[in-house]
Amino acid sequence: MVTTKKNADAIGTNGYRLIGTRPIRPDGTDKVTGRAAYAADTQMEGLLFARLLRSPHGHAKIKSIDASQALALDGVEAVLTAADFPGIEMSGNDRNGRPADNQWLQDNILASDKVLYHGHAVAAVAAKDPHIAEDALTLINVDYEVLTPVTDVREAMLDDAPILHPGMRTNVQASDVETDTERETNIAMHMRLERGDIKSGFDSADVVIEREFETSWYHQGYIEPHSATAFWNRDGKLTIWNSSQGPFVVRDATAKLLDIPIADITLIPQEIGGGFGGKIPMYLEPISALLSRKTGKPVRITMTREAVFQATGPTSATYNRIKIGAMRDGTIVAADAYLAYAAGAYPGSPVGAGVQCAFGPYYIENQRIDGYDVVTNGPKSAAYRAPGAPASEFAVEATINELSESLGIDSVELRLKNAIKEGNPNAAGVPMPRIGAEEVMEAVKNHPHYTSELQGDDVGRGVGFGFWHNAGLESGSTATINSDGSVSLIVGSVDIGGTRASLAMQLAETMGLSYEDIKPRVADTDSVPFTHVTGGSRTTFAGGWVAYELGIELREKMRERAANIWEVDLDEVEYSDDATITSKPDNEGNEREFTFVGLASKMASTGGQISATVSLNKTSQGAAYGGHIVDVHVDRDTGKVEILRYTAVQDVGTAIHPSYVEGQIQGGVAQGAGMALTEEYFYDDEGLLKNASFLDYRMPTTLDLPMIETEIVEVPNPGHPFGVRGVGEVPIVPPMPTIQQAVYDAIGIRLYDMPMSPRVVLEELLNEG
Amino acid sequence: MQTVTYQRASTVNEAIALLSDGGENARVLAGGTDIIVQARERARTVDSFVDIKHIPELMTFNYNTSDGLSVGAATPVYLLYNDNDIQTHYPALVEAITVIGGTAIQGRASLGGNLCNSSPAGDSLTSMMALGAIANIAGPNGERDVAVSEFFTGPGRNILDLGEFVVAISFATPPANSGAAWQRFIPRNEMDIAVVNCGSYVQLDGEIVTDARIALGAVAATPIMVPAAAEALIGRQITDETISAAAEASYEAATPIADMRGSVKQRKHLSKVLTQRTLDIAVERARG
Repeated sequence: MVTTKKNADAIGTNGYRLIGTRPIRPDGTDKVTGRAAYAADTQMEGLLFARLLRSPHGHAKIKSIDASQALALDGVEAVLTAADFPGIEMSGNDRNGRPADNQWLQDNILASDKVLYHGHAVAAVAAKDPHIAEDALTLINVDYEVLTPVTDVREAMLDDAPILHPGMRTNVQASDVETDTERETNIAMHMRLERGDIKSGFDSADVVIEREFETSWYHQGYIEPHSATAFWNRDGKLTIWNSSQGPFVVRDATAKLLDIPIADITLIPQEIGGGFGGKIPMYLEPISALLSRKTGKPVRITMTREAVFQATGPTSATYNRIKIGAMRDGTIVAADAYLAYAAGAYPGSPVGAGVQCAFGPYYIENQRIDGYDVVTNGPKSAAYRAPGAPASEFAVEATINELSESLGIDSVELRLKNAIKEGNPNAAGVPMPRIGAEEVMEAVKNHPHYTSELQGDDVGRGVGFGFWHNAGLESGSTATINSDGSVSLIVGSVDIGGTRASLAMQLAETMGLSYEDIKPRVADTDSVPFTHVTGGSRTTFAGGWVAYELGIELREKMRERAANIWEVDLDEVEYSDDATITSKPDNEGNEREFTFVGLASKMASTGGQISATVSLNKTSQGAAYGGHIVDVHVDRDTGKVEILRYTAVQDVGTAIHPSYVEGQIQGGVAQGAGMALTEEYFYDDEGLLKNASFLDYRMPTTLDLPMIETEIVEVPNPGHPFGVRGVGEVPIVPPMPTIQQAVYDAIGIRLYDMPMSPRVVLEELLNEG
Repeated sequence: MQTVTYQRASTVNEAIALLSDGGENARVLAGGTDIIVQARERARTVDSFVDIKHIPELMTFNYNTSDGLSVGAATPVYLLYNDNDIQTHYPALVEAITVIGGTAIQGRASLGGNLCNSSPAGDSLTSMMALGAIANIAGPNGERDVAVSEFFTGPGRNILDLGEFVVAISFATPPANSGAAWQRFIPRNEMDIAVVNCGSYVQLDGEIVTDARIALGAVAATPIMVPAAAEALIGRQITDETISAAAEASYEAATPIADMRGSVKQRKHLSKVLTQRTLDIAVERARG
């Protein structure tokens, strides 16, 4: 039980006993010894293996599917197509009141009428072993009428573009925009945020810079492929073991598509091998479930890596145009953004967040942001670490770097001059609470990396900033005090970034216990209240709020229990910061004191075990800001950009577990560096993805990056008991503009399309002669 | 189900018989780092694997100053790059085989496998070509020797006939005052396939080039020799200008395709850059 209980007086410099320390994660032993169970490890009697048949075309109509030969193959137990879905009411709202078109959700899982991207699933086979299932796929005959694909976002917006969804009209979310409601279009949505008067703003500006930018599709690149096993029992109860960032969300969506009550579904999340947003969408669970219902046996599907690249994940490819006007003194007086995001096959790109975040680090009086959600022939875009923000903020940051050059003002000073402050309205017009934008920029300015001298030929330095609003959303947990004084903490959040540790730490801090006293565990959807996805940098924030409230409630219950035992009034019982429970001496002068363990051991005979359950939906998450500095070397003969030094400064509110905070920041930088330098999707003219592998989708490896230095800035979030803001997402935002600026500094060429691959850099250098 | 047979040969003749009997879909299994993946992904139809790793002479290598180096075709490359003689006399070979895959792959991958996989971008191939390596082939009609530079006929294709396989790769002892070097360009720093790779070899008499070989990979349907680059060097004094002329010849000789790994413009330019860079090192080595 208690192994390293800290002294109550051993309080850290941040005023906390535990918060800010670096204990070992509870899942560490299982992971380093290979015992941790992931979704693809799910084994049970009679398990069948399913494989999916995927579209060889980028865009085609499905005329017919004939699976009779596959069904006749020895060992094949069932074949599934879209026709096997129950057929449900196809509209309505999701849990957050947003439109969720179930037809699109279902069609993305198994195509019904059309295939809309290379790798789009059209049928599934369950067989006794995976090789038979693979053989059976070759025996399914799909008759396609091949259609012209459109993979580029701007081409998809043209009047004569091939239409993905006949009958689609633009959903206009802007009051003063006229739209042609007669015309079929691939533009699913047009939104606008506007404040002040940009025309008079630009008229008054001394300098106006307008630039165009493009970013590629980027995949999250998690190591573990998607996997789901389902067993549909004869009593109608469905159990699913999967790899997901949102077990409850998947449970609810599965219930909707299969037209069964959520009470009939238990979702048991397994350890997750990375997600970064890409394991929020649902791809496999309804297929496993329906195949299980057909066969009466458990069915497991694990995606191939090729399928992961073709059919899951990526964040939108984008085209963005930014115009910024400023006065000679550096005051930005007007800003205009045009953001077009490729949603992939079905509406729902992260353009909304791209719009909200575009000018996020700054206060700009006159601004207008237009965002377009555009369907294209590609996988449906999914959330990816600060979804939508890296592309729009890259465009804005790069424009600001150019503005700083033409104004002759240091780019950090220019940013400080325009930094958003407490009380300034954000893009939606809501005043910001206490934030750390200025503190981050000051920390960059004073960082030894920034003040160091850059040495060598063809080297350059860049600086960029980033903003992300973070998320709140529902979380629930149960905590139970055990007779030995330990506390079982049951959470609904799948642990991706060390949240079992960070939540246990917050509960232990609240209760005056040691970290080792808390036994955190991720439970299934029947064992804990509804908990939204692990995403939005929300888990340590929202789950931490819950842990805090749980701690307060358990303290109260321990006081009540002691009051009952001692037969004193509740207000005469104190719960100290070291978890001892005391009251004034009794009439005979005997001390009244329980250690936490002492009182816990008496629970059974004094009213039973003490537990608490808390559910919250907090909206007081704190915005996060990051400032990055990079030094690069460019090989003029090959176009290769080498990162020599990288520093990431970030306001994290309060760092609960600094090692995991640093790890999150470093991971975000690594992914952002990939976006800037080597990662991209290659579609050919037929809409076929040519690089669906880790070999040719080039994520940076450890050999491609230096040790990424981090500096944690702590401006506590006033909306959280421990000041947590959320950490995981904002570090992926600044790398693109930061590295782009450094490349310009090194070779004098500004590149507006990401990634700046060696091919692109070399060809630009050769063009310059 | 895709059923395959696995057969283990313990002599060269046994392997020839198994391959001949197996027909077109019988494949040699050495390290398996390419063929197993291709079969698993159904990129190649394989009915039977003939494992040659249990033929003793296929798994060893010998070096002596009179005969040079002979490498059994299935010998894993990590044994080669850890060998002192090979490090001393064939640094260009070491440069190529230390970047094939990662450490685990290098524990299985072999020169014979890389040769017979016949990828236009195979890393050891241009190194072997620059070093003038010879493939020793055995088959139903006896043995024959073919220069590695003459081995390839197209992407994934080569001159091997039914029942034939590569037994060893032979390298002459490097002459005095000779040197070779190998480089590739990849967008990342490891775990990648060459956009272009290049092996260069020179022999000097004083400052005059007496022999030269330049080989380029990933710029044509097969790895290619660049005779024009050699001609630009042989008989001339080694200067920046002659090296530039050789590099230009490589630029002209490269006829690459554009794909997700590189553009035509990029690959032609890199052919020049890598020729120049490898020649600089080869010359330095030749000078001792």
